[in-house]
Amino acid sequence: MTKEMQPVTPTTPVPFPSTAIAADAAQDDAGIAKEDTAWTQRPEPTPHLDEAVDSNPTAGEPLGQGAPKMRAQDIKVFYGEKQAIRGVSIDVHEDKVTAFIGPSGCGKSTFLRCLNRMNDTIPGARVTGRIELDGQDINSPDMDVVQLRARVGMVFQKPNPFPKSIFENVAYGPRIHGLAPSKADLDTIVEKSLRRAGLWDEVKDRLTESGTALSGGQQQRLCIARAIAVDPEVILMDEPCSALDPIATAKIEELIHELRGRYAIAIVTHNMQQAARVSQRTAFFHLGELVEYGKTADIFTNPREQRTQDYITGRYG
Amino acid sequence: MTLFLALVLVVLVAAAAAYLARSRAAGLRASGGGRLNSLPGYHAAFAFLWAAVPALLFLAAWAPIQEQLVNGAVLASAAGRQLPDFDLARANILGEAYQLATGQIAAAISPDAARIAPVYREALGRYGLIGGGFALLLAIAGAAWALTRVRATFRARSGVEKWLMGLLVAASLIAILTTLGIVLSLLFESLRFFSMVPATDFLFGTQWSPQTALRADQAGSSGAFGSIPLFWGTVFIGAIIAMIVAIPLGLMSAIFLTQYAPARLRSVLKPMLEILAGVPTVVYGYFAALTVAPLVRDLGLGIGISSASSESALAAGLVMGIMIIPFVSSMADDSIAAVPQAMRDGSLAMGATRSETIRKVILPAALPGVVGGVLLAVSRAIGETMIVVMAAGLSANLTANPFNSVTTVTTQIVQLLTGDQEFDSPKTLAAFALGLVLFVVTLLLNLIALHVVRRYREAYE
Repeated sequence: MTKEMQPVTPTTPVPFPSTAIAADAAQDDAGIAKEDTAWTQRPEPTPHLDEAVDSNPTAGEPLGQGAPKMRAQDIKVFYGEKQAIRGVSIDVHEDKVTAFIGPSGCGKSTFLRCLNRMNDTIPGARVTGRIELDGQDINSPDMDVVQLRARVGMVFQKPNPFPKSIFENVAYGPRIHGLAPSKADLDTIVEKSLRRAGLWDEVKDRLTESGTALSGGQQQRLCIARAIAVDPEVILMDEPCSALDPIATAKIEELIHELRGRYAIAIVTHNMQQAARVSQRTAFFHLGELVEYGKTADIFTNPREQRTQDYITGRYG
Repeated sequence: MTLFLALVLVVLVAAAAAYLARSRAAGLRASGGGRLNSLPGYHAAFAFLWAAVPALLFLAAWAPIQEQLVNGAVLASAAGRQLPDFDLARANILGEAYQLATGQIAAAISPDAARIAPVYREALGRYGLIGGGFALLLAIAGAAWALTRVRATFRARSGVEKWLMGLLVAASLIAILTTLGIVLSLLFESLRFFSMVPATDFLFGTQWSPQTALRADQAGSSGAFGSIPLFWGTVFIGAIIAMIVAIPLGLMSAIFLTQYAPARLRSVLKPMLEILAGVPTVVYGYFAALTVAPLVRDLGLGIGISSASSESALAAGLVMGIMIIPFVSSMADDSIAAVPQAMRDGSLAMGATRSETIRKVILPAALPGVVGGVLLAVSRAIGETMIVVMAAGLSANLTANPFNSVTTVTTQIVQLLTGDQEFDSPKTLAAFALGLVLFVVTLLLNLIALHVVRRYREAYE
């Protein structure tokens, strides 16, 4: 277990004396006990994180054995003069969902974009450090960025289906990568991807309709199907539910559970319950630093860092 | 009273009204009449507008009426009745009399003019007094009305607002009405032309030789007004050759500028490209006729086309294509830039290369905007005159050989309307019919282009 955990040292002094933590904890317990009667009288001290973690039986899964799928070491990202990431090291494991949480502007999305070199598309962005995919340096000149992105797919914050038919959206990747030698193969890939994304039954009769005509949640699942269609090894999700309603969000979360085991998944989210529900690992970012990284159950029920504790109890963020 | 004097007086009255309104409003404030609804400046503007605008509008309408009235009065006078009946001579004498009456010339050449000048002067003074006096009355009435309204509670601000809106509406109406006027002026002359030459002959005839004979028995006295070769030449140069040049070059430069060029290079290249749009077309004409046309002819002769002429469709089309590049590229640039970044990221994140992303995602999404830009460019190209006048030639050939000389609608209009014309001959009137058809075609192209562009804009908002 300790092997996978990244050593994290607190870089800022602990802002509250330890008695404050004890008081907080006592208040939390009281809050849960009195919830039914007292919720109108005072603000919620914890946003049901315990329940969310409890609902996720995998949250306490032991850390995986063997080499990580992706390993990032001492990543620093600069946008021009501004430093967005200050030396982050994280491993992403094959059959795990790794959640990146933290307040806005903490660098979690920026870090995620390093993993498939999407920061290359931003003028002025500079990344240092080493990121390995199966032991291979993804920033080395030998690595073809086009191949890398086929292996490390991405789903974005806002659903961004192409203004093409549903079929063509999913067929896009297989076509450009030549994965489907025949029309029948392409049909198979499209159907398989849509099924895996849990969208097949809803769209199988209207594959020729525009992908942009779907609802927000369907569009996001279409984007997931599109990412799956090129058979990636890792899927990066950048706040995939932030533009969706709760029902669509629930469907995506369910989908993430189903996809786990087939793909290594890294998900950035603002929603702490979501991180608690879907992930096995959680990394907490603050001001461009990785504050704490570990089993989801540990992060949400027993954080080692004061800043993590403050964040998950809603003190800031 | 001359109308100019009336104009000055009206403005003076308005200015005085504004001053009075301002000081009254300021007085209200000083005397503790509570808070004013509107600042004194608004009261002043309100009074100024009420005094000036109706009177000025009246003067603008009166000026042409007065001319008619004065002419009528002069012709009805004893001296006027002796004037020659012939329109041209009479107008000449009246013009001279006017100049004499208003003191622009000291003495007249024509004795008739000298004789009617006093009559003219008298009529001018009479109607000037009527018109100018009425305008002045309007101004004073408006000023007085506005001044009675100066009260603390009076909403001069919204009053001024209404006036300003009215002025803005008037400004935009002028542009629209002018378009209408253009259509009508073309339409009436065209109708006269079509009363002499059947519309079917004009629209579907393939022979164009607009000479009309001086004598009825002369050979070819009827002329031939088949406009097909002209429209073919126009389309061949403006919509085919020019677009073959402009669409790929414009599109590719737009793609380079939006997708590949670093910001600093873009900030240099884009203005340079747009300079092309600012080059006067006559300069392009020189370039086409003196530089490109000989090259094209030599090329044609070199590859064994003996009919290659020094005035060729190709030379005109190539240069016109260059001229059109900024239109295509700036429209394409806008519509490519309007494709959301998320679309591009989505494609790149799938492992598509930049050019795959451009070809398969960005261009299809930007296509309506690009098509709109191309249509606007076509309508600009077929209406373009100077380049084709200088480089395309005059012979109305119905040919698909780009090394041959062809002629265009605009070239022929220029030919038909330069020099002396008689407005009762179909030769001259044909120019209006050509202009009308060209106008309708470009108008339709513009409407389609705007429609396409607008539909596209809605798609991403």
